[in-house]
Amino acid sequence: MNITVCVKQVPDTGLDRELRAGDSTVDREAVEAVINELDEFAIEEGLQLAQKHGGEVTILSMGPDQAAESIRKALAMGGDKGVHVSDPALHGSDALVTSAVLAAALARTGFDLVILGSESTDARTGILAAMLAERLGVPQLTFADGVEIDGQSVRVRRLADYGYDMVEADLPAVVSVVEKTNEPRYPSFKGIMAAKKKPIEVLTLADLELTADQAGLGASATEVTEFRKRPPRQVGTIVEDEGKGGIEAAGFLTTQKFI
Amino acid sequence: MAEILILAEHDGGAVKKVTTELLTVARELGEPSVVWAGPGGEEAAGRLGEFGAAKVYIADSPDFADYVVAPKAELLAALAREKAPGAVLVAASQEGREVAGRLAVKTGWGVLTDVTGLSADLIAEQPIFGGAITVSSRACSGVPIIAIRPNAIAAEPAPGPAVLEKVEFAVPDAAKGARVTERVRKERGSRPELTEAAIVVSGGRGVGSGENFNLIEGLADALHAAVGASRAAVDAGWYPHQFQVGQTGKTVSPQLYIAVGISGAIQHRAGMQTSKAIMVINNDPEAPIFELADYGVVGDLFNVVPQLTTEINKRAQEG
Ligand SMILES: Cc1cc2nc3c(=O)[nH]c(=O)nc-3n(C[C@H](O)[C@H](O)[C@H](O)COP(=O)(O)OP(=O)(O)OC[C@H]3O[C@@H](n4cnc5c(N)ncnc54)[C@H](O)[C@@H]3O)c2cc1C
Ligand SMILES: Nc1ncnc2c1ncn2[C@@H]1O[C@H](COP(=O)(O)O)[C@@H](O)[C@H]1O
Repeated sequence: MNITVCVKQVPDTGLDRELRAGDSTVDREAVEAVINELDEFAIEEGLQLAQKHGGEVTILSMGPDQAAESIRKALAMGGDKGVHVSDPALHGSDALVTSAVLAAALARTGFDLVILGSESTDARTGILAAMLAERLGVPQLTFADGVEIDGQSVRVRRLADYGYDMVEADLPAVVSVVEKTNEPRYPSFKGIMAAKKKPIEVLTLADLELTADQAGLGASATEVTEFRKRPPRQVGTIVEDEGKGGIEAAGFLTTQKFI
Repeated sequence: MAEILILAEHDGGAVKKVTTELLTVARELGEPSVVWAGPGGEEAAGRLGEFGAAKVYIADSPDFADYVVAPKAELLAALAREKAPGAVLVAASQEGREVAGRLAVKTGWGVLTDVTGLSADLIAEQPIFGGAITVSSRACSGVPIIAIRPNAIAAEPAPGPAVLEKVEFAVPDAAKGARVTERVRKERGSRPELTEAAIVVSGGRGVGSGENFNLIEGLADALHAAVGASRAAVDAGWYPHQFQVGQTGKTVSPQLYIAVGISGAIQHRAGMQTSKAIMVINNDPEAPIFELADYGVVGDLFNVVPQLTTEINKRAQEG
């Protein structure tokens, strides 16, 4: 089975993330870049499925040169090969453009199953999997907690507001997984060494038969016109409980008209 | 005046609050038309009219519930092409966002997710990086598709008659790829829905057990609030996943958020940082969640919470 996992490199959520003053895009130099932590669950799911059902795991990422580090890490976890879509013209692409580029790369490499994280920690749209399914014309099984393959069909537990749905579809399909689905492995020393020799194919827009005016800031259907830092929160009242903490807290709720 | 299409969120009849919020926004942009996929549209028309819906397009078919997301996107795309609206509004719920994404691909129109404010000239506000930065943005290509965060905008009634219009729509087979074979609903009792509630009381690892969540529920009920939980509490099996607040759970923006026994990890903050007021109960004065607190009690939740609950009930009775 041919499994492709979509992995995004993002600024570390633990640090102070910024937008660039010039074009309001995410500043990918100011803060250390890491694998989107939710994509680690997608990688793990892909590796487990390949182990169980046979086949290869391809790691696909669109991003600047340094995104290769994230692909390499995914290969160290156990992925077989990488595909890196990298082109200066991609800078500032929104979800619509990103989905077009990833769909073109997926169509080129072929797939039985595409696995994504449930969202990226920087963009947080959580819609890329749905967009890819739409573009590729294959079923969408998103927000999955647990993915099972049985012959030519795939079955997931899709988490929802009201509980969950069991969802079934024929392969090929697009799946996104939530962070409850598994426990991502750490790359072993052996895995890190092996990853150095694994192939990463670098693709430009031209390789995908896309042109520069179909990508990047210019082609995006959305734009940020302005941004500002949220004013720091007013320092609140902190009281030590000396036996009446609950009653004092009720006092706060009363003055704020919550009671 | 341009028509504004709104995808209704409902559970088979009852209109979700977020839909009335979308109507409130839509009235500022043009003439609101609600798109109702599935059963219950006729019964809901009155409620939708109360918030200014001029039209309700009703397409009733079991396909909308039996297949994942794609059928609703097909319906919305068909109507959007026919009506040439000024904007398409959906709720920034899991499903609403996915419908918006598919509609954007079908049409090539720009899509903005997790919008917390929208001006009459369609400039959107979006909090990013867990609320640290607010951006103004716009969809600059085609008809703007805007997903609005529940509870970010106050719904205001503007009663009028809503005209019903049945839509003949057959869901194409291509949209029937992902079949729902079983639907499991977990009841939340009489409490308000997490993303819609004016007040949310959340418990974390400090609560200690599933049984102890009674304390959180007791406090929530005294305030007519919804109950939330940190991932640590959900992973421990103390509370069901659909109540998780944070990066990979729900994003909530209530008037008041009470965090009990929650440390305030960045992933938790991402889901609650834009709450209007925040109260914290935690026995560790160094817990980072105190940085967000408008009011914090450093103390043992097993003392503070029961006392607070009793006091609220007492004050409520005294009125
Ligand atoms: C990919 C990923 C996604 C994640 N998504 C989410 C998410 O959506 N939501 C989320 O919440 N987390 C999420 N997390 C987890 C997050 O990093 C934290 O681990 C989690 O939020 C911690 O939960 P907690 O605050 O309840 O537990 P802890 O960090 O253990 O904090 C417990 C707190 O309770 C206090 N306490 C203990 N006993 C008492 C007492 N008797 N009285 C008063 N206070 C007491 C302690 O002082 C402590 O501050 C995610 C993590 C990852 C890696
Ligand atoms: N540039 C990218 N390259 C590869 N995969 C991506 C990229 N952007 C997003 N994804 C995938 O899409 C998922 C959802 O992202 P988003 O819709 O941005 O929240 C992520 O978890 C990734 O699996």
